[in-house]
Formats: sequence, C-alpha cells, structure tokens
Amino acid sequence: MAKVDWPEASKRTLIGKRISRTDGPLKVTGAAKYSYDISRPGLLYVKLVTSPHPKAEISGIDGTAAAAVPGVKAVWKDEELQEVQYVGQIVAAVAAETEEIATDAAHQVKVEYRVREHQVRDNDPALSKDKPSNLTVGNLDEGFAKADVTMNGNYGCPVITHCCLEPHGQVTEYRDGELYIWPSTQNVSRYSDGLRNDVDLPQNKIHVDCQHMGGGFGSKFDTDKWGKIGVTLAKMTGRPVKIMLDRDTELMIAGNRPSAYAKIKVGAKRDGTITAVDAEVWGTGGGGGYSAPPIPYVFGKIPNRRLVGKGIRTNRGGQRAWRAPNHPQGCFLTMSAFADTAALLKMDELEFFQRNIQFTDRPTVYTEELNKAAELIGYKRRAHLRGDASPGPIKRGLGVSIHTWGGQGHPSECDVTIHPDGSVEAACGTQDLGVGTRTCIAMVVAETLGIPLQAVKVKIGRNEYPQSGASGGSTTIGGISVSSRQGATAALNALLEVAAKRLGIQPDLLEARDGQIREVDNGSKRISWKDACALLGPSPITKRGVNVPGESAKANLASQGVGGAQIADVSVDIETGIVTMNELVAVQDCGLIINLKLAESQVYGALIMGITSALYEEAVYDTRTGKMLNADMEFYRLAGIKDVGKLTVHMMTGKGYDDRGVIGLGEPPVISPAAAIANAVANAVGVRVPQLPLTPERVLAALAQRGGSAA
Amino acid sequence: MKPFEYSAPKTLKEACGLLGDTWGKTEILAGGTDLVTSLKQRITQPSRVLSLKHLKELHGIRNSRGSLVIGAMTTLGELAAHSDVRRHFPALVTAATGVGSPQLLSVGTVGGDLCQRPRCWYFRNGYGLLAQKDGVSLAREGENRYHAIFAADGPALFVSASSLGPGLIALGAEMVAAGPGGATRSIPATEFFRAPQSENEREIALKPNEILTEINVPLKGLKNGIYEIRHRHGLDWPYVTAAVAFGGKEGSGGARVVLGHVAPMPWSVPAAAKLLNTARPDEATAARCGQVAVEGARPLSQNAYKIQMARTAVKRAVLAAV
Ligand SMILES: Cc1cc2nc3c(=O)[nH]c(=O)nc-3n(C[C@H](O)[C@H](O)[C@H](O)COP(=O)(O)OP(=O)(O)OC[C@H]3O[C@@H](n4cnc5c(N)ncnc54)[C@H](O)[C@@H]3O)c2cc1C
Repeated sequence: MAKVDWPEASKRTLIGKRISRTDGPLKVTGAAKYSYDISRPGLLYVKLVTSPHPKAEISGIDGTAAAAVPGVKAVWKDEELQEVQYVGQIVAAVAAETEEIATDAAHQVKVEYRVREHQVRDNDPALSKDKPSNLTVGNLDEGFAKADVTMNGNYGCPVITHCCLEPHGQVTEYRDGELYIWPSTQNVSRYSDGLRNDVDLPQNKIHVDCQHMGGGFGSKFDTDKWGKIGVTLAKMTGRPVKIMLDRDTELMIAGNRPSAYAKIKVGAKRDGTITAVDAEVWGTGGGGGYSAPPIPYVFGKIPNRRLVGKGIRTNRGGQRAWRAPNHPQGCFLTMSAFADTAALLKMDELEFFQRNIQFTDRPTVYTEELNKAAELIGYKRRAHLRGDASPGPIKRGLGVSIHTWGGQGHPSECDVTIHPDGSVEAACGTQDLGVGTRTCIAMVVAETLGIPLQAVKVKIGRNEYPQSGASGGSTTIGGISVSSRQGATAALNALLEVAAKRLGIQPDLLEARDGQIREVDNGSKRISWKDACALLGPSPITKRGVNVPGESAKANLASQGVGGAQIADVSVDIETGIVTMNELVAVQDCGLIINLKLAESQVYGALIMGITSALYEEAVYDTRTGKMLNADMEFYRLAGIKDVGKLTVHMMTGKGYDDRGVIGLGEPPVISPAAAIANAVANAVGVRVPQLPLTPERVLAALAQRGGSAA
Repeated sequence: MKPFEYSAPKTLKEACGLLGDTWGKTEILAGGTDLVTSLKQRITQPSRVLSLKHLKELHGIRNSRGSLVIGAMTTLGELAAHSDVRRHFPALVTAATGVGSPQLLSVGTVGGDLCQRPRCWYFRNGYGLLAQKDGVSLAREGENRYHAIFAADGPALFVSASSLGPGLIALGAEMVAAGPGGATRSIPATEFFRAPQSENEREIALKPNEILTEINVPLKGLKNGIYEIRHRHGLDWPYVTAAVAFGGKEGSGGARVVLGHVAPMPWSVPAAAKLLNTARPDEATAARCGQVAVEGARPLSQNAYKIQMARTAVKRAVLAAV
C-alpha cells in the first residue's frame, strides 16, 4: 500500500523540483480572471462615498440628488454610522450603469458633518493614553551591571500599507434566490461567515469564487464593509454589482501596518555577549489597540530583558495583518540596536550576531544560514567595520539580519478523485494568492499517483469544495500539501486494491510510478495507469484527505519554525543621500520544499517588498488636516525593477531540512530586508539612519548631524 | 470627472477663440498625462476641454535662423531622440529621458511638461495651489519635505515640477504663445515660470487665453548639462535638478546655472553662473559653483537637506557638461 510519508529524495519525481506554475500562461495572456475582470450581464458599478474628515459626527446623509442622476440605480447610506473616525471611512455608496456615472453621483451625495478634533500623530510616546504593556524577564540591573558597554539608540518605522496591486473588492450577484460572489479574498472557504447578519441564506446557497488574486498580504481575510454593501446593493437593484476600492481608499483604509518607534538600550560584554536589552516601543495601529513588536527579536533567550509597549490611538484607518505581523518591525528595531552595539564594540557585525546565536531557538540553523549568506555575498573578503573609508562620495556597506517564523499548516480538506478514464481531479476550498498553490496541489497529487503533472485537474477557489483554511500566517502550503497527499494516497490505495486483484498479487506489493501500477522494486507485474483505472467500472474513486495540524506534525508531514538569514550590500551617495541596492542575499529554510522554483519566487517577491519598505514606503499623515497626503502611487512609492538590485536566493534543503516536513514560507523572507539594508547603510556611511524608510533626506540628516556629509 | 464640452479644433486661430479670460473654465489638453489625473481628482473642473491634437503646426522640431524650434506638441520621446537635440542640447535629453517611463515619453508633450501643474501634495489633495486652510499655509506648518527652499517667503511654497524648465532657461530659450485671434508673442524662458500670489493665478506666464505653441532654443554652441537627483529609477519626479550652460562661440558672458524643484519656479543663480564665465570648469570651480548656488537658501521645517542636494546637483551638472 502507498504510504502517506513524503518520498525520500531519490524517489521524488516532482516534489522539490523547479516547476513553472501551471497557471502562468493564463496570467501572461490575460486569460486569468481577477475580481476586477469579472463582468456579469447587467452589471452595475458602485462608487463609495467616504469621509473627508478624520473625525466628525454625521448629522445627515442626503442621497436625493445622487439618486436623481440618470443611470443611478440605488444609493445606500450607512444609517447607523454616527461618527467617522478617519478619512476614507465609508459613509454611503452609489450603484449606477457605468463607473463614471457612479463616480459623478457619489460626489452628489450630501453628508452633513460636524467636525471634531482629531489626532493622527504616532511618533511621540507621550501621546499614548493606554496602559503600557510590560514584559520583563530576568533582572535588568544585574544584566547591565555585567555589561562592559551600553548602547542607547532610537529607531523607528512608520505605518506602511499593503498596497495590493489588485485592490479590495468583489462582484456580487443574486440569481434564482442564491448569492454569487467573486471576491478578492484570502479566505474562500469561510468568506461567507462575514455575511451571517446580512444574508438569510445557508452557505450552500452562497457561492464564493476566487480563481486568481492580485495580492492580499494579510489584508483580505474579511468580507469587509464593501462586501456587505455589495450584497445590499445587489438586493436593492436586483442586478449584479461590482465594488473595487479606488487606490486612495485602498491605501487609507484597506490595511495599515502599525508603526513602531523605539528607545533601546543594549548591554554587552567586551567579547560581544549581550547581557541585557531594555526596550520601550510606541506606535499606532489606528483607532484600536496596539501590541508591541517583539524585542529582542529572534534572540529571545537573552536572560535579562524588558519590553514596554505604548499604543497611540489615532484617527487613521485601522491596522490589518501585514505579512508576518510585527516581525519586520521587531526585526528592524532589534537588528539595528544590535548592529549599533557591535559598532560600539568595534566588532564585526556578523561575528557579533554569531557570538549571541545561543540566544536563538535554532543556533545550528542560523549558523549554517549565516555562513551560507556570508559565502554568497563574499562577506569575508568585503566586510569592513562601520564606515567605508574609501575616498569619494560613494560608500559601500554590508548589513546582516536574521528572522524567524512558524508556518504550521492550517486545517485543510481535499478530495482526490480518480476517474475510470484515468483522469484525476483534486478539489480543495483553498485559494491561490498568486503564490502557486494550484500548482503545488497538482504536484503533490501527480507525485503520489505516479502520473504527469498535466494529468491532474485542480479545482480550488470555490467554497463548495472541501474546506481549507484562510491563507495567512504562511499556513497554506503545509495545509494543502498534507490534505492533497492524504487524499491522493487514500484514492491510490483504493485503486491498488482493484489492480492487485487483476495482477494477482497483494496490494501492498504495488506502487504507482511512471504512469503505471507496478510491483515494488521489480516491475515484472504491472498495468498501465489507464488500464488500472478502467477496472473501476463506471464509478470513480473519491477520497478525502484531511490535514489535522497536530497529527501531521507528529507524522513529520508538516511542522513549523523556520530561520532565515539575509545580508544586504548597498551603496550610498553621501552627497545626495541616495541609497542604491547592489545585492540582497536571502538564505531561507522551510522544511520540505514542494516546488523549488515557486519557493524561490516567493522569496524574490518578499525581498522586493522588503526593499520597498526599507527605502520608500511611508504613509504620510498631515497633523493639521488629518489626511494621508500620499494616498496615491506617486508619493506612496514602491520599488521598480531597476531599484531592487541583484537578488540572490538560496533555499536550505537536504538532511535536517527535508525531514521536517512541509513548512510555510510566505512570511519569513519579508522580515529581514529592512533590517539588513538599514544595517548596510550604517556600515557604509558610518552613522545610523534611525528611521525607515531610508530616504535621501533621512540619510543626509543623519550625516549632517554627525557633520559627516561631504562637499 | 465632471462632464465638460470637448473640442478639438483644426486651426490655432479657432483654438484660441475657444479660450476665455479666467483660469479653469477651459483647460488645454495635450497628451493628457497630467490633465486627465487632475480632472479625475477634480482638482480642476472645467466646462470645456480643448484638445491641441489636430494643430499640426504645434508638432515637430525644425531648424530656423540659428535656433531649434520645438513645437509644443512634440512628445518627450521625440525630443530625446531628435538628432539635433542630441547633438546640441544634452541637457534636454537628460531631462526628457529622466521622466523615464515609455508611456510618458510617448504621450507626454514638451508643452505639457512646461505647463504641468505642481505636485504639491496639498494641492493634489484639493487644498488649492497655495495650500491654505483657514488662513494658514498648510505646507509651511506641515509636511514640506518636498517644498521650496528658495523664494519661499511668499504664499507659494510648491516647487515647479517641470524637468525641462531649468534646462530651457539655462539654454536661453524663448517660449512663443498664441493669444486671441492667433496673434503670437514671445516670452523669455526666464520669465515663463512665476510664483502665483493668489488662487486665481497660475504658475506660468501664459494668460488664460493663450496657448504655448513653440519653444525656440538658440544654437549658441553652449556646453550644457543637467544633473538630476532621483530616488527611484522611474515614475517619479526628481528631488532636485541643476541645469548649466556655459562657454560657446561668443565666449564668456552667456553662462547660466538653474536649479529645479527648489522653488515655485526654476531657480536661476547668476552668482554661480558668473563663476563659469570666468573660471575653468574644473572640479574646484564646479564645487564652488555648487556652494555659491545655495547661498541664500531658506529651507522650511523639513527640507534643509535640499541645500546639500542642490549643491551636489550643480557641481555634478557642471562636470557633466564639460
Ligand atoms: C509618474 C509620473 C512621473 C513623472 N515624472 C516627471 C519628471 O521626472 N519630470 C517632469 O518634468 N515631468 C514628469 N512627469 C510629468 C510629465 O512629464 C507630464 O505629465 C507631461 O509632460 C505632460 O504632458 P502632456 O502632454 O501629457 O500634458 P497634459 O496633461 O495634456 O497637460 C498638462 C498641463 O499643461 C497644460 N498644457 C499642455 N499643453 C499646453 C500648451 N501647449 N499650451 C498651454 N497649456 C498647455 C494643460 O492645460 C495642463 O494643465 C511625470 C508624470 C508622471 C505621471
């Protein structure tokens, strides 16, 4: 009988190989349909009316003029909303025959506001009104008493947004008493949960379909207000309606990553050993609560440490999980403080990290990864202590960072069907965020059944398929790999029983390989896949595979806990402050890799996102007006292809990694880039640029403060 | 955008007749890369949009009596690719190609670049050209990292957005404007950009009823160059630029140094230019030029860094031009 364990390396035909995504051609030809592309007969377009004020009471919403505009089919008003809390908050919506009519009419909805005083500043701990959190371990005084040097530093990273290239939204349609929704979502199976109070239909009459997605990064788990408005307007008009957020709204309200500013004190011995870390962090997650990012990050076993967190409530759009929530902030703050401590000791940064590696959860993995990263970037040959002493305005430097993540697979179910004609289907209510989930399911099933990749038809992205978890926390690959493996193995075993009878041997002597069912290690008795399937008669075999996280961990099918090391190489023009990326090396483990190409691709994407947050991204809020001034893609800058430099990715595989089972990868590689780049800039110019993004104005200001700017 | 009447006349005279005496009633449409955004964001809500696309005489580049004449509707890409421009005016090639994106190069026009509205984020968020709210200058009190460090004592704190402006001023260009009845007048490039004193004014010297038709750039054999300080490689305006022109047939006297993105208009610094008329344009002169160019800068609360940038840009522009 086929076993569910992952095949060992020598036996793998697909798993671990570099295989292009199966939906690649659909995407490059434009055949792949995203929510934005969905068009239904009679479709209406919806425009949202949003608050221009950061805080105001609403005394009335008048939609009469808007409703009278020819082509307008319905105006929805939020009758319950009494006060808006941030600019961009949704107040009303207009559905019309064209997008243009809807836009024009939305401007004619009259909302009466009584403006109240607002607060959007987030970078002063005195603004915190909440009780601070405090996590103290060990004894700080003793820790600092043991230190030979004490480093004091201030660092910060602003609120940034998800800026998904495909904004949030959906198409919603009522047809024959049932509801059809095409949302851009990270949560196909449970999307309709959010409509519990809005729709009087059971889930089997709410059809959710999301075949392709243009990014979510943690901001697309919920049905959201626009999801509910879609349902309401579809009901009001009896027509399908499309709501996709405009870019400014997207940037203001559809996902903010909390800011984090910190005052950090690090005590260390002459040999580099850290004795104590004392950190005070503050920042905003919008109007809600705040949880301080972890400091010291990764080096969690430092014996004496304190982390005080102070949340600042602001009249800004609410926070949403942003790829590895709180980790990039904790990483940047910690690694900056540690690199500055190394600099104070006149010690090589990499050596300093290695000196303290016992304070991490995986000293061996980090050592291996740091060594690999150092080798790839030529660290030994090129590293210098802080400050590039070579002449001329261009200074070059290297910076180091490490990170960690969990990545345990989520609960997932997958039905694998073997049809009598030999065709195979795998159905799973998961979603492909653009990372290649579809391809990975096909690979696991094809590998398990010994058939070509193309022979497997994968059905995902609909809530009528077996339930699978939301794609968040790097949980998808672990979940779907195990459920599809389980389902395929069970279906195969049923087929082996039938084939065994025909071949006249015990089923446990059979295996599926190279399009055949054959005797293990021998192959003298065999039958082709097609002929074996034909033995089924008219009925197919369908088996459900289930990933139960605890169990699959015990069975080594999927586990959690990864490391990751990155080293950045930058050049800084000290006469202009411009930082140029030369190279970013990422060394990453994630257990058994299903598809090496997609894994690498996932890391490339993360590096680009990380570089962008390091050099460009910042939600700029105006204190007086409370507006986000750069809710556009001109001043909310993203890196272009020429800005990212050379990206080098190395995935750790083989012994010690493959045997851990499948672990998620979406998040970890995005954690370190900003930290590594900031350290590289400090290493290049000889002075810390304490705030992200590392814009030329900040670089020049840091240089000017030291009096180091040339010319 | 608000509904408007669209006209695309065939003759310049007809076009001029469709303009009025106040700004904003009619907006001129060239490539639309700036105007269409403003229409969508309702920064301007004209009742008429006047397209220049059928005005053949506004297209193309020609040689005429010691000048290169650039039609206002010439695209940035055409400008950068033109052999005479490449031979005589490397500064303009740098400025045009610096705009970067293939889309903008093939659609955006020279006239549109010169007449494009400021990028000030208060202006773009609907607070008006002078960014006033309740009598307070939002930019002066608020987020002014990208604003002016020169001529910032008036109500206008935005910076002129055009990359071509400083180069054309350095080269001693003249703009030609057609007004009522198609009558033309010429405006020296040095006077083309201006700081508005009220919301009813604009940042260029054209009158509401005028169309920029062409730009004459004299062929004086000046050495010229531009240095742009850009954060990203594409889809972005520079932080600071410097354009320089010096030398030439007539010998000394014609040098110009012009900074971009540091004032509501391209900012000429005659004192720096003077150095180029007298000294050899070597490293030391270039550095001195940079130093002199930033004297008198008065930064706002967040943009002192632009002084360092301007100093560097001038130095590097001089060295690029040599
Ligand atoms: C992402 C991005 C990056 C950019 N980067 C840069 C940059 O680095 N440097 C730079 O200089 N520019 C930059 N631009 C601006 C770009 O160069 C201008 O948008 C373009 O040149 C405008 O030309 P257009 O023909 O599209 O003008 P339009 O959008 O048609 O018009 C622009 C303005 O000029 C007026 N106008 C146009 N032609 C005339 C005329 N003949 N007479 C009178 N008024 C006229 C219009 O009424 C309008 O107000 C950038 C633009 C974008 C979108």
